[in-house]
Amino acid sequence: MVETTVATLRRVGAVTIGTIGRLGYAARFFVAVIANTPAAFKRLQLTLREIYFSGVLSLVIIMVSGLFVGMVLALQGYDVLTRYGADQSLGVLVALSLVRELGPVVAGLLFASRAGSAITAEIGLMKATEQLSAMEMMAVDPLARVVAPRFWGGVVSMPLLAALFSTLGIFGAYIVGVKLIGIDAGAFWGNMQAAVDFQLDIVNGIVKSFVFGAAVSLIAVFEGFDAKPTAEGVSSATTRTVVESSLAILALDFVLTVFMFHGAR
Amino acid sequence: MNRTAIDLWVGIFVALGLGAILFLALKVGNLVSFGSDPGYHLQAKFDNIGGLKLRAPVKSAGIVVGRVESVRLDPATYLAVVTMKIDKDYEFTADTIASILTSGLLGEVYIGLDPGGDPKMLADNGMIGKTQSAVVLEKLIGQFLYDKAAGGGK
Repeated sequence: MVETTVATLRRVGAVTIGTIGRLGYAARFFVAVIANTPAAFKRLQLTLREIYFSGVLSLVIIMVSGLFVGMVLALQGYDVLTRYGADQSLGVLVALSLVRELGPVVAGLLFASRAGSAITAEIGLMKATEQLSAMEMMAVDPLARVVAPRFWGGVVSMPLLAALFSTLGIFGAYIVGVKLIGIDAGAFWGNMQAAVDFQLDIVNGIVKSFVFGAAVSLIAVFEGFDAKPTAEGVSSATTRTVVESSLAILALDFVLTVFMFHGAR
Repeated sequence: MNRTAIDLWVGIFVALGLGAILFLALKVGNLVSFGSDPGYHLQAKFDNIGGLKLRAPVKSAGIVVGRVESVRLDPATYLAVVTMKIDKDYEFTADTIASILTSGLLGEVYIGLDPGGDPKMLADNGMIGKTQSAVVLEKLIGQFLYDKAAGGGK
């Protein structure tokens, strides 16, 4: 009885200390990535290449998902709004929910599973095959050569992807709402423009997606860098990236929303 | 994939992304009007502002001419003081009437400005003298029932 209790306590303690230790390591790693950024930006081509891999190659999934999310929002929103005779406000509903929340969050979740996992797997495999150690041997800092470009590639790509997601979503809502259901196009755009504020809604949405991009990219490079150099280690690191990024996005979204839209209206 | 192709694709991607932000700013958010536009302020005191919210439109003849910027309670008179930011292109006469209106039964609450014939114009931070408060539906119904009851008694 006593022994099992002690064993349980020990395990809880070990997990807690391990988690806090990893958190500290992640913070130190983040500072190191920032410190190595100037060195990485001297070879801008590396960062451009990472923007290509995490941004350009995510374009299709982001744009198609955005289109469908917008179309579904329009259908569901119309169904509810029309009960109150407020179907003219469909544009407002779709634009606000996309620009404020769904754009950054869903694009962030897709980005984490599409690009974040790829980054972790790539860096983890580099570590497992000792390419990172080889770089250090050649006096090439892997933080500047491998990690920082991937981090910044993600940070740059994410706001652009989120903006594209929102744009395509609004376009999808336009197709369903105006072209299929037959809401007046003038009311659709006019009410939207009257209700959406540039500073409050659009800029805050971009800030959100920027923060999510930084969080996802940091988690992805960190998990890759910290992965156990085995096949199993890389696979569990990739899983952790997706899980932790998704949780980080949702938690950060709540915190940012409290700050941005608290009592705004 | 070679360097120029990557550059090209990244360029297309960045252009698309910036285009999307521009679209959101101009087409969705209507940045052009009343964003950081220079305008002037007008104030008006109301007995009751009903459901008037910050950034509610200020309309004259149905055209949006400004936005509500702040709403506060005057501690001395217990009147609501509404500050509006009006587009600099529009001037209003000194005897303008400000009323709080609702578009439709469930629609948004806005301030309507009805200019009079006074040759003098309201200046920056000017006070609109004549106001008409929001119609509170409960009071209206109460009044109606009261009248009905009083009428039925006769």
